[in-house]
Amino acid sequence: MYKYNAFDEAFLAERNAQFRAQVERRIDGSLTEDEFKPLRLMNGVYLQLHAYMLRVAIPYGTLNSDQMRALALLAEKWDKGYGHFTTRQNIQYNWPKLPDIPDMLDALGEAGLHAIQTSGNTIRNTTADHFAGAAADELTDPRPFAELIRQWSTDHPEFQFLGRKFKIGITGSPNDRAVVKAHDVGLRMVERDGEIGFEVIVGGGLGRTPMVGKVIRDFLPQPDLLPYLESVLSVYNVLGRRDNKYKARIKITVQENGIDKIRELVEARFEERRHEFDGTDQELLAEIKTHFAAPQFRSGDTSAYDAAYNNDPVFRAWADTNLAEHRDANHAIVTISIKKHGDTPGDATADQMRVMADLAEELGYDELRISHQQNVILPHVHKNDLPVIHARLKDASLATANIGLISDIIACPGMDYCALATARSIPVAQEIATRFDALKLEHDIGHLQIKISGCINACGHHHVAHIGILGLDRAGVENYQITLGGDATETAAIGKRTGPGFAYDEIVPAVERLVDAYMGLRTDASETFLETYRRLGMEPFKTALYPEAQKKVA
Amino acid sequence: MARPFTPKVITANDLLEGDVIYFKADDSWTRDLSQAELIVDEAEAQLRLLEAEKQNISIVGAYLADAKAGANGPEPVHFREDFRRKGPSNYSHGKQEAAAHV
Repeated sequence: MYKYNAFDEAFLAERNAQFRAQVERRIDGSLTEDEFKPLRLMNGVYLQLHAYMLRVAIPYGTLNSDQMRALALLAEKWDKGYGHFTTRQNIQYNWPKLPDIPDMLDALGEAGLHAIQTSGNTIRNTTADHFAGAAADELTDPRPFAELIRQWSTDHPEFQFLGRKFKIGITGSPNDRAVVKAHDVGLRMVERDGEIGFEVIVGGGLGRTPMVGKVIRDFLPQPDLLPYLESVLSVYNVLGRRDNKYKARIKITVQENGIDKIRELVEARFEERRHEFDGTDQELLAEIKTHFAAPQFRSGDTSAYDAAYNNDPVFRAWADTNLAEHRDANHAIVTISIKKHGDTPGDATADQMRVMADLAEELGYDELRISHQQNVILPHVHKNDLPVIHARLKDASLATANIGLISDIIACPGMDYCALATARSIPVAQEIATRFDALKLEHDIGHLQIKISGCINACGHHHVAHIGILGLDRAGVENYQITLGGDATETAAIGKRTGPGFAYDEIVPAVERLVDAYMGLRTDASETFLETYRRLGMEPFKTALYPEAQKKVA
Repeated sequence: MARPFTPKVITANDLLEGDVIYFKADDSWTRDLSQAELIVDEAEAQLRLLEAEKQNISIVGAYLADAKAGANGPEPVHFREDFRRKGPSNYSHGKQEAAAHV
């Protein structure tokens, strides 16, 4: 894991001291809100419905145990005892008080964390595959490149006032777990003639105009990463629209100009820029890579794991859903669900954070990850330690066996917190999870992703859900639209709207009708919801959703 | 024809705590919507908003929100203002928590 050097520490301390002075000047009246707002946003401070919100970056989703404890400290000391993990590998605190925020940032700084560029029209936190460095299917660990991007983009003078925010996602695996095709720039590591480079994807995004990104360069050699990214950003910075906020993202620039023209401009700019890079970035990258050396994986048999798996059905159910294949055969990747049925998706209490930190420190090579699916991961666990880990997670209400199932729901904060939201998301997620838990059907239903956004900005990724739910305000009443057939993986697809929306008290029954229809339509238990949808299309699901409309036609 | 004016309250967030506040008839602020001044005249609403914004050193983002007269003072019209008045629905935090401690 990357450890701050003296430069990083000094930079962050100075930045935090500047923000402390800015907060003081706002409080004493020297700064107006108009002057202060861009300054606080640059440091991750929003004003939401009920309170300020502090958004802290978890760069490429990686944490060590001390950092997780620092997040717990913030939750306990300056918030209401919990934090909310988001779809962009950030954590949000919903109740900080403005005068406390500089102290919170200092406490984060001591643990090597910050909130810089978690808001504003800048390059945001670079997100990565949450299984990076551990997954069996990975070509190479993408995190050193993500850290290089973090250092390059932080306070980059040319890109502090972009037309709009800019999000980069990176994966080192052919199986995309980082939704890279829904980012302004997606980087997917690919192999060509024995060399590993990047497939560069541009112009993806969700929001009010959802788009799957387009390939702008099918193979970019690793050393060209920063000059090429700088060229993409530079072309966007000049060409991107500034007249209309809703047409300002690079996806619109690509759509309006065409990918071929953008590619031509980027390549021309790249020819100019690459000569400005004298190799310093590659020296830095080489240094960064030393921080991400894989741990010395323990050897030893897995008999304790095998015994628990064969004898304890609760452990077995958890192992079947929450473990993923590790590149070392004696190890596993553990996804800790912070989606207990009925709880708020993505929320963890300070105590839970400490339990996860302790497990990582004692049994997980001191590594934790946060996924865009709002769960926490122990990326390296020897299989023999799994029964102990499971038992300790159970004691902390963290052993829910639902990863990839219908209750593993992504939900944005929605109108319970967010100033932009048009409807609630969290209670809809809570009720769906509670309902299907009561039906005892979710393991039978199998892999099914539900994602809920409380407004058109789509923080809840509803467009790329198998069943997407979008909460809107229709004439002063919450109304929920359903989309089907979205896909967040390497076969990315935007879901299609089923038809008219549903009232708040109708949305959970509507989801139940959809799932009932799927259960009746699937060929057998091995065919997932998405596969059934792809085989049969929208019609049978529409029939299930709108029985009244069908009667009228008949 | 212009739409008829609907009654309003002035609401904002407190600078330090960030919580929801409402403007009272005596030019002070309250955490409690029912204590807010209900403004029924359009021209008066604009003047009162200017008056409220004079206190921008200690408040953020004052605006006029639809409200209606209730038995115990102004009540929200839109569900967004109802959430701002109460707090979130997943935890008893915000104003509902403060109320529980009284």
